[in-house]
Amino acid sequence: MLAILKRNKWSYLAMVAFLFLLILLPSQWFLGQKTFLLTLIGINTMVTVGLCLLMGYTGQVSLGQAAFFGIGAYFSAILSTRYDVNPWLAMLIAAMVTGAFAYVIGYPIFRLRGNYLAMATLGLGIIVWIMFKELSQYTGGPDGLGGIPNLSIGGFAFDSNLKRYFMVWFFCVCVLLISQNIVRSRTGRALRAIHSSEAAAESVGINIAQFKVKIFVLSAVFASLAGSLYAHHTHAISPSSFDFLGSVMILVMAVVGGLASIWGAIFGAATIQYLKSEILVQLGNNDVIVYGLLLMLVMIFMPKGLFVSLRDVYNGWRQRRSQRGVVT
Amino acid sequence: MTTDLFVQSLTSGLTQGCIYALIGLGFTIIFSVTGIINFAQGDFVMLGGMLSFFLAKSAGLSLLPALLLSILIATLIGAVLYLLAIRTARRASVVSLIIITIGAAIFIRGIAGRIWGANPVAPPFFTGDSPLSILGASIQPQALWIIGTTLVATIVLHLFFSYTMMGKALKACAMNRTAATFVGINPRMMALIAFAMAAALGALGGVIIAPLSTTSYNVGAMLGLKGFVAASVGGFRSQIVTVIGGIMLGLVESLAVALNWGPFTSAYKEAIALVVLLLILLIRSRKLSEEERAG
Repeated sequence: MLAILKRNKWSYLAMVAFLFLLILLPSQWFLGQKTFLLTLIGINTMVTVGLCLLMGYTGQVSLGQAAFFGIGAYFSAILSTRYDVNPWLAMLIAAMVTGAFAYVIGYPIFRLRGNYLAMATLGLGIIVWIMFKELSQYTGGPDGLGGIPNLSIGGFAFDSNLKRYFMVWFFCVCVLLISQNIVRSRTGRALRAIHSSEAAAESVGINIAQFKVKIFVLSAVFASLAGSLYAHHTHAISPSSFDFLGSVMILVMAVVGGLASIWGAIFGAATIQYLKSEILVQLGNNDVIVYGLLLMLVMIFMPKGLFVSLRDVYNGWRQRRSQRGVVT
Repeated sequence: MTTDLFVQSLTSGLTQGCIYALIGLGFTIIFSVTGIINFAQGDFVMLGGMLSFFLAKSAGLSLLPALLLSILIATLIGAVLYLLAIRTARRASVVSLIIITIGAAIFIRGIAGRIWGANPVAPPFFTGDSPLSILGASIQPQALWIIGTTLVATIVLHLFFSYTMMGKALKACAMNRTAATFVGINPRMMALIAFAMAAALGALGGVIIAPLSTTSYNVGAMLGLKGFVAASVGGFRSQIVTVIGGIMLGLVESLAVALNWGPFTSAYKEAIALVVLLLILLIRSRKLSEEERAG
């Protein structure tokens, strides 16, 4: 079932090392002061992985992922603060509503390709954002909603950054493993076939529309779960987190991570979230300049994305070294 | 709806629609010549408006030189965008080009916000601000400037494409890029010209609308989307249909808000354009994807 564990002992070891690192990261002598940030990175990773599956593997653009992130956040916030719904149930409802929404709009919208698909998803994202702002009797309007409760299991509440760190990364690792499995499965091969040639994929019996919509729904559900976790992590949400720039942020993370790389998503989310909260805050509101530059530079010089390009350089170097080793 | 309200919203729809038309023309020119959608197109409208305000206010230029200089600077920025970001990314996929032009859009937006701040600004009117009275509605003279300028620009553009060597070369490139190279047309040069022209048209829209509706560093995204709606009505090929599409969109928006019925309130004004966008894309989806494959 877990394809990654079957592959070879090295990826198994890498997985164990990664989990070990996740446990060590928040300890006091390491990054203990940064658990709030580390939790946000986990949340962003979940959204980014969804976009990677859609853009990197399937070749379909979405410039409105922040809308799904927002729908998750708002459903969780509204249901748990105003209607006293259990937060876990609210999260489940949010994910189901987002998935259904993505499914319904997915079929018409994925008849479009390339530039038109990009514009359609961009427009959709802005429509949803306008609704967050204007349906103020539910969403609190431009000010948003506050006082969102912590998640809890039985009597155990996730009421500190450290506790939420472990909860969020538990979800995040699940999402990463699910994605990894999809990529290595029959579905993943179908998606890559669609990416390289839709005509060829169709000719070997792949139902293109169905696969595109499936992966779109999955990316929306990932974003919705991340949104719910975001609402319970920050306890307050406002429409400004889910606007066009929000979608662009997710895009920057995916691009820096390397669009077609599940594990690159962590790298992208971590790099950009760190840049945003630790370095660019000192520049005031000028962080968009850096994001714009990053998008342009990475796409011009490394169209596969920063993480994947660095990995390719490393692999090439290792290969050359081992070849030299054989000769001497 | 009373007559004066009707005339009022008709004029405001017409003026807004003219700007969408000019942006749409920019999309159409770039797409037909290069096959690229420039997601930064709306930001040239912002550049035109902001530049004209600051050249007139801070640099103390008189109106006409300020307007011309703003359009010139925006045109140069459009050319630089092509040379630095598009041309260097040779053989980039559609997805890469989308991401590059989005990067350019938010980069330009960020720089504009950094230089000029976040407050909305309004450059001076071309010919005073005493409103004219037409059928009981008060119309700003600027509205007539906008409609007149757009009309002239559309006609000049048509003449340029029909009667000049360069216009015909651009048209040849739009019809068949490979065949155009055989008769000695340099498609890269044509792409550069297309980007510069599109930037100039956007900036022209910016300098004429900014006195009426104010401008700020972040208006580009929404304007770009609406120009895209206009261009997709024209299938990214026909300039005249693009202009009609832009004006129709402006009218639909302003009349829907004037009706003030059900969900069509001013709060949802932007959403109306987006719903129109989705509808047009879905209705024309087959035709548009054929165009894209051919282009």
